[in-house]
Amino acid sequence: MAGDGRPEERGTTYRQAMREALREALRSDDRVFLMGEDVGRYGGCFGVSLGLLEEFGPARVRDTPLSESGFVGAGIGAALAGMRPVVEVMTVNFSLLALDQILNNAATLLHMSGGQLPVPLVIRMTTGAGRQLGAQHSHSLEGWYAHIPGLRVLAPATVEDARHMLAPALADPDPVLIFEHVTLYNASGEIAPSTAPVDLDHAVTRRPGTDISLITYGGSLPKALAAADELATEGIDAEVIDLRTLRPLDDAAVTASVARTHRAVVIDEAWRTGSLAAEISARIAEEAFYELDAPVERVCSAEVPIPYARRLEEAALPQTADIVAAAHRTVG
Amino acid sequence: MAEFTMPSLGADMDEGTLQEWLVRPGEPVRKGDPVAVVETAKSTIEVECFETGTMGELLVEPGTTVPVGTPLALIEPTGERPEEPEKPRGTEGDETGRPLRPPPPTSAPPEPQRVPVPVPPDAPVHGPTGTGPLLRHLAERSGVDLENLRGSGPGGRVTRSDVEEATAAAGAVAQPSRVRSTPLARRLAAELDVDPATVTGTGRDGAVRAADVRKAARGTATAAPRPRRSAPPVRPAEERGASMRQAIAGLMTRANRDIPHYYLSTTIDMAAAMSWLHEHNRRSAVAERLLPAALLLKAAARAAREVPELNGFWTDDHFTAGDGVHLGVAVSLRGGGLVAPVLHDADTLALPQLMTALKDVVSRARTGRLRGSEVSGSTLTVTNLGDQGVETVFGLIHPPQVALVGFGRISDRPWAVDGLLGVRPVVTATLSADHRATDGAVGARYLTAVERLLQKPEES
Repeated sequence: MAGDGRPEERGTTYRQAMREALREALRSDDRVFLMGEDVGRYGGCFGVSLGLLEEFGPARVRDTPLSESGFVGAGIGAALAGMRPVVEVMTVNFSLLALDQILNNAATLLHMSGGQLPVPLVIRMTTGAGRQLGAQHSHSLEGWYAHIPGLRVLAPATVEDARHMLAPALADPDPVLIFEHVTLYNASGEIAPSTAPVDLDHAVTRRPGTDISLITYGGSLPKALAAADELATEGIDAEVIDLRTLRPLDDAAVTASVARTHRAVVIDEAWRTGSLAAEISARIAEEAFYELDAPVERVCSAEVPIPYARRLEEAALPQTADIVAAAHRTVG
Repeated sequence: MAEFTMPSLGADMDEGTLQEWLVRPGEPVRKGDPVAVVETAKSTIEVECFETGTMGELLVEPGTTVPVGTPLALIEPTGERPEEPEKPRGTEGDETGRPLRPPPPTSAPPEPQRVPVPVPPDAPVHGPTGTGPLLRHLAERSGVDLENLRGSGPGGRVTRSDVEEATAAAGAVAQPSRVRSTPLARRLAAELDVDPATVTGTGRDGAVRAADVRKAARGTATAAPRPRRSAPPVRPAEERGASMRQAIAGLMTRANRDIPHYYLSTTIDMAAAMSWLHEHNRRSAVAERLLPAALLLKAAARAAREVPELNGFWTDDHFTAGDGVHLGVAVSLRGGGLVAPVLHDADTLALPQLMTALKDVVSRARTGRLRGSEVSGSTLTVTNLGDQGVETVFGLIHPPQVALVGFGRISDRPWAVDGLLGVRPVVTATLSADHRATDGAVGARYLTAVERLLQKPEES
């Protein structure tokens, strides 16, 4: 771990990057504190906050009872009172217990108070499947939150975004939800020593290409990049767009990419019906219809509760081979 | 036996060259069908006939130049067929107000012998009225034109078996009306002037894709220009350009010599019109979007209805008012020169129809395939040089008309409104008018009307 005066390590994991971002936030602003189930003594269910209780003390790293509605509501209250809370919810499935607080309070108060009561709250939660945690811990419901005006929804998909998205999220006067995909925590990568603050309004091109746009976010990004590598061996030059921010969506980036490639495959680990993938397909049809040279393809999870058994879980989720197959159908 | 003669397709036309016959002797023709292609000094025009019957002897060979009025062919009028209702002009429209689209000449099927149940003449006996979605779907799928189908059902209704019969009659030549293609391919096909129906699709379910269109476009670019049905003698382009120049020279010399012009000009605030247009276009599909020219033309036409003294002709030392507002629209041609196709009854056309008609005549004027009724009979001409970047048009009247309306560029200008200075889009409208027919006060009334109409774009 980076101590005083020691430079931050450059090769690091997504988990460490997230922890480093929290550490930096706790250090640089007294108003920031962390709370959630097992974030203190246990170090967080996924080990993100390991060591922070020892470093910052129980007033700033707070373990809470198992009551999502209660502690998310407390976070909203603290934010209204001038604090900058970072609330951790174990998984997006459990966040539904706090959905009332998030939708009816956090997202609305600024608007219902005529602009007097901003809620500068950050809620982090795990999303997605792939680690055999069973249906009640494995769903991808970030699209539901991306439906709600008043929220900003982020999906850091790289180690660097894990490290650098928290600071601008805390600086945002509105409630910000950060979705960390469960399979990404062990991903490792390089972090540039000094990166400019991440811009939370724009998607980013992770790989430029000319033949097809693979549009995705979060845990599906590594699969899309692997698919692009595989397609490259066949001479198909795929562009990979990482949405990064799920609300507000960066339509312009998507449209511009489709205008270059004329073909789109949207990859989204959520269920196809009523998904973000559906929203993106619709926007492509609305804004880039005359650019399309093939129907938009979607690669989503099978419409079942995510199974526990490894083979079944793998079969239910979008995989690199599915993305390659969809790309083939599109390029023809 | 009726004579089909070389028509006069404008005051400047003395003679024309018969280029091509579109029907053969013995073939049935209907009033409004294009039957011949005539080349004038200005362009190549499809000429319609004014009789319904059977084509008789052809009196003039393709390639022959004859004076206006020379008989070109004989037409045997049909006796036993009930007279078609009188229409002011052949191509103006059918009973439903839709533009009448004559069937392609070579594939024109013989008139069905079966005469349907007698129907009172004022009741519309055919057309899509009363046809349900199923019939429309069947008709579209099999390429049958419901408009031209005579119904055998009660009250002349088109029934399902009528559609199926027509489908069978059309036989294997009937193509599904819609070609399966991707949106990009469709767009490219329009840009590259490729007919998607002629392209073999390589996409899913045989859909035409962008690459197929590009390939087809490359093919036609290297090959000779698309062959016509018969190879008519075409004068070399330079010679044609020169003769068009001569025709314009003659007409404009006459205009400047004979017509004592007076000129008026006014600058019009276009803020209301442009914001209405912007909002309309934002809500409309790309194909339905309007250009500012449509609003300007509509205003010019409606103002001409209000000030009829400017809408008509000066012949034999007196003024004759037009029988409607038929707006000539000056279109400059790419190779130089200009033609002024007519938008008939432009004052009554709804904006979308006017826009469609404008796009249609402009594109066909530039490909040189206008019909006779589309280049003659205009009662007032509009020159819109805004897209060329100029501010003010000082035009010459097209004889025997008595006025010409000019529009310049719509540009942002400092403008005083309610005592405050703001930036508004404005356009300069000019009127060149014949002082023999009208005086300045009439012209002023006209431009004032144009200005007033442009302030209420929602009513146009």
